[in-house]
Amino acid sequence: MSELTDELTDLGVTQASQRLAARDVSSEELTRAFLERTLALDQGTSQAIGAYLELSAESALDQARAADALLANGDPTAPLTGVPIALKDIFITRDMATTCASRILAGFKPRFDGTVVARLREAGAVITGKLNMDEFAMGSSTENSALGTTRNPWNHACVPGGSSGGSAAAVAARMVPGSFGTDTGGSIRQPAALCGVVGMKPTYGRVSRYGVIAFASSLDQVGPLANSVEDTALLFEAVAGHDPRDSTSIPQPAPDCRGSLHDGAKGLRVGVPGEYFGEGLDPEVEKSLRALLAALEREGASLVEVELPHTEYAVATYYIVATAEASSNLGRYDGVRYGLREGEDGGLTNMYGASRDAGFGAEVKRRIVLGSYALSAGYYDAYYLKAMKVRTLIRRDFDQAFENCDVLLTPTSPDTAFELGSRTDDPLKMYLSDVLTIPCNLAGLPGLSLPCGLDSKGLPIGAQLLAPPLAEPLLFRAARACEELVGFDQRPPEQDLAGGAGK
Amino acid sequence: MSHYEQGDWEAVIGIETHVQMLTRSKLFCGCSASFGAQPNEHTCPVCQGMPGVLPVVNAQAVEYAVMAALALGGEVQPTSRWARKNYFYPDLPKAYQVSQYELPYCLGGQVTLLVDGEERNITLTRIHMEEDAGKNIHDAHSDFSYVDLNRAGVPLMEIVSEPEIRSAAEAAAYMRKLRTVVRWLGICDGNMNEGSMRCDANVSLRKRGTSELGTRAEVKNMNSFRAVERAVNYEIERQAELLNAGEEITQETRLWDAEHGVTRSMRSKEEAHDYRYFPCPDLLPLVIADELVGRVSAALPELPDARRARFVDSYDLSAYDAEVLTAGRELADYYEAAVAAHDNPKLVANWVMGDVLRATREAAGEGEVDYSRIPLAPERLGALLALIDDGSISGKIAKTVFERMLTGSDDPADIVEREGLAQVSDSGQLEAWIAEVVDGNPDKVEDYRGGRDKLLGWFVGQVMQLSRGQANPGEVNRLLRERLAG
Repeated sequence: MSELTDELTDLGVTQASQRLAARDVSSEELTRAFLERTLALDQGTSQAIGAYLELSAESALDQARAADALLANGDPTAPLTGVPIALKDIFITRDMATTCASRILAGFKPRFDGTVVARLREAGAVITGKLNMDEFAMGSSTENSALGTTRNPWNHACVPGGSSGGSAAAVAARMVPGSFGTDTGGSIRQPAALCGVVGMKPTYGRVSRYGVIAFASSLDQVGPLANSVEDTALLFEAVAGHDPRDSTSIPQPAPDCRGSLHDGAKGLRVGVPGEYFGEGLDPEVEKSLRALLAALEREGASLVEVELPHTEYAVATYYIVATAEASSNLGRYDGVRYGLREGEDGGLTNMYGASRDAGFGAEVKRRIVLGSYALSAGYYDAYYLKAMKVRTLIRRDFDQAFENCDVLLTPTSPDTAFELGSRTDDPLKMYLSDVLTIPCNLAGLPGLSLPCGLDSKGLPIGAQLLAPPLAEPLLFRAARACEELVGFDQRPPEQDLAGGAGK
Repeated sequence: MSHYEQGDWEAVIGIETHVQMLTRSKLFCGCSASFGAQPNEHTCPVCQGMPGVLPVVNAQAVEYAVMAALALGGEVQPTSRWARKNYFYPDLPKAYQVSQYELPYCLGGQVTLLVDGEERNITLTRIHMEEDAGKNIHDAHSDFSYVDLNRAGVPLMEIVSEPEIRSAAEAAAYMRKLRTVVRWLGICDGNMNEGSMRCDANVSLRKRGTSELGTRAEVKNMNSFRAVERAVNYEIERQAELLNAGEEITQETRLWDAEHGVTRSMRSKEEAHDYRYFPCPDLLPLVIADELVGRVSAALPELPDARRARFVDSYDLSAYDAEVLTAGRELADYYEAAVAAHDNPKLVANWVMGDVLRATREAAGEGEVDYSRIPLAPERLGALLALIDDGSISGKIAKTVFERMLTGSDDPADIVEREGLAQVSDSGQLEAWIAEVVDGNPDKVEDYRGGRDKLLGWFVGQVMQLSRGQANPGEVNRLLRERLAG
């Protein structure tokens, strides 16, 4: 299958951008190469990766040719001009189906672009299509997609993680150099870890949520995935910054993260929270993380033991706050104005029930019921209000920890990619996949996952960095230092990519 | 009179009023908030509740709400919170209404009423802001219902009173006063029949002299002041009848049926929704800066109550007259402009409350009385009244001149001169008319002289009639007395 290896698809976002600007490759060539690789790997066989829900090949080539026209003028162009980028199917895209991997939005084509999509278009990106995910971003394996299975490029029998599983798998398999996902409780970082790519969740409010289908509004954040820290930083800078359409957006411009990217590990105070290295952590994951910590220390970073005592309550808190908000956010899918409608002959109440019953999958229904319960009269104080109080305590834990360190380093996921179907019958076990990523969302912090090596099964291990609010430049600098120390240069085996092995 | 013993029961009434704010755009998006467009013309992804959209608060709505809070004496809260009220209905596109719940932007306040000459202060519990829902249309098609979202997201204030209202008349007076205030501020057009002001009344009864609250019914669907008064009255009687019969009141929501003059049960407490309120995570807490409160406060006009008090003090008007003349800001302005043109406050008040308001009502026809469309300029009214006070015309003739003035732009003096309406004070002419009347009625003269003094009025009337109203009544009176005494 070596004919599938094309040097153009080895290019990362930054390299591609430089080659395009230098005009030694055209966007059309580049885009075509990624599209062809996608057509070969992503669909057609039962073992195909299945990262894309919709590949917009023709539109992508049109956009590429438009980018080439701009590049041909010789004027300075926006940083992503001509670079193919794919989007989790949670982003509202004008005239492109936007489904959130749910039957209830099957065929839904919005008439506007959200802010992130508009900024990507302004930055010159070529939007190649929409990527698979857990339905309404609820899940940790992409198995909750109502529209298809996505496989881990490293082992097709394994999940890519979730909910941004398509975004991670597409980047890992070099079907696109960069993608965007959303992270509510780890939905960018955990699949990035499981697929061996870099995934970043910004400070809450750093990137606009306007035009991103809401799961849990106080936790959702948009972020990039790519194959290097620098690429991830470039993508982050392209979409970050205040948006007057999002009232929770932080009124500051996008920070410069690439300027200090190579400042190294020296002098960094790296916090190590004991709570993240406890029971349930795969020994191979722990070993890999300890090795990275040791390397950082050798490079002149200091390691600081910190305590985050409320960590054990994070998952419970998250599943109250997130489900409560989701139960309200998902009320609008009622069959009245758009999306799936069922049972309209039986009157209004019947139509609501039938549409939502047929349109939502089991996990979405489970969370709507949980969230409605948490908000209902008589239970609100005991659940939602209590959860909000614990959330404040979790935030304070981090505030105190960051008094003594610059960043925290932890595993991203307690273990590496698990087999498809192995956790679908045990929601609680699935929820615990996010135990190490959830606290960051509850506290609104920026976080990043980068590859930290492979385990003995050949599956990627993820290291997670967390930084104080708005400290994205520091986060990327620390991540770049780690990336250099890890020196991760493995790729998913090409024969696996084509679906031939790994069973 | 109803067949229960009045006096046994005391009515306890609290009113929740929705006031639609006259902002240009909606509460959370840039769509026009105005009426009258084609269905769904004033909508966008935000107010359509499309996936992925977010609300942004309209600063104008907040400013209007602060105006109302200050005008009603409420305390503007430096920080309040938006909350979601969750329920399913086709006219509610997000399946939640963004409102305020635990932390409204205004606490307290009061509304001063004048009922039967007595002043009553009704305390307000709170005022909060929220977005309106759209409208379902059921009569456009036999098989389908339609949804019009033009109104969805239009900003509302909900003004909640304490249960301090004690009668149907007070309930109506309360609503009138609220309307006066919001119109005075220019933040709502106050049209109850178009729904830009809507109210629900919580009505319960208790034994007079006790302080415990009885079980209440919430009455909805009252779309005029008259409907408020009738519905509350009906509800008081209905509950009194039940209580007198030893029955219990059911806590429920009832709809006023204006056609049949009754309230009907809509849903009981058990069927009530659990709205699952929680703070809206898409909006930051609403911070109302002191600077805004200060700026709005400084720009507030003189308010109805203050103006009413000033009218009593400065113009020596009765409390009732002052109340009528401050029923609207334009009316009060009109009155003061007319007084400025002719400095006889009492005469001006009588004319404004009489002929001017009557003409204004007639001009409005079936529609709402609009004080900004008073059909005679205040300066012209002043000029007319000046003719009365300088003796040029009588009050009676003035009414004729007033009617002429409504249909043209001539000066009142010109009308008087052209139509020969000037008052006749010349004693020669007056004596001639008097002679004609006295000579023609010898028997009445005899009666008068025999002691029936009251006949003087009859003689004056006869002379006035003969003069076609132009005789100076004072002079006629004086000369008649002399003549009859003769």
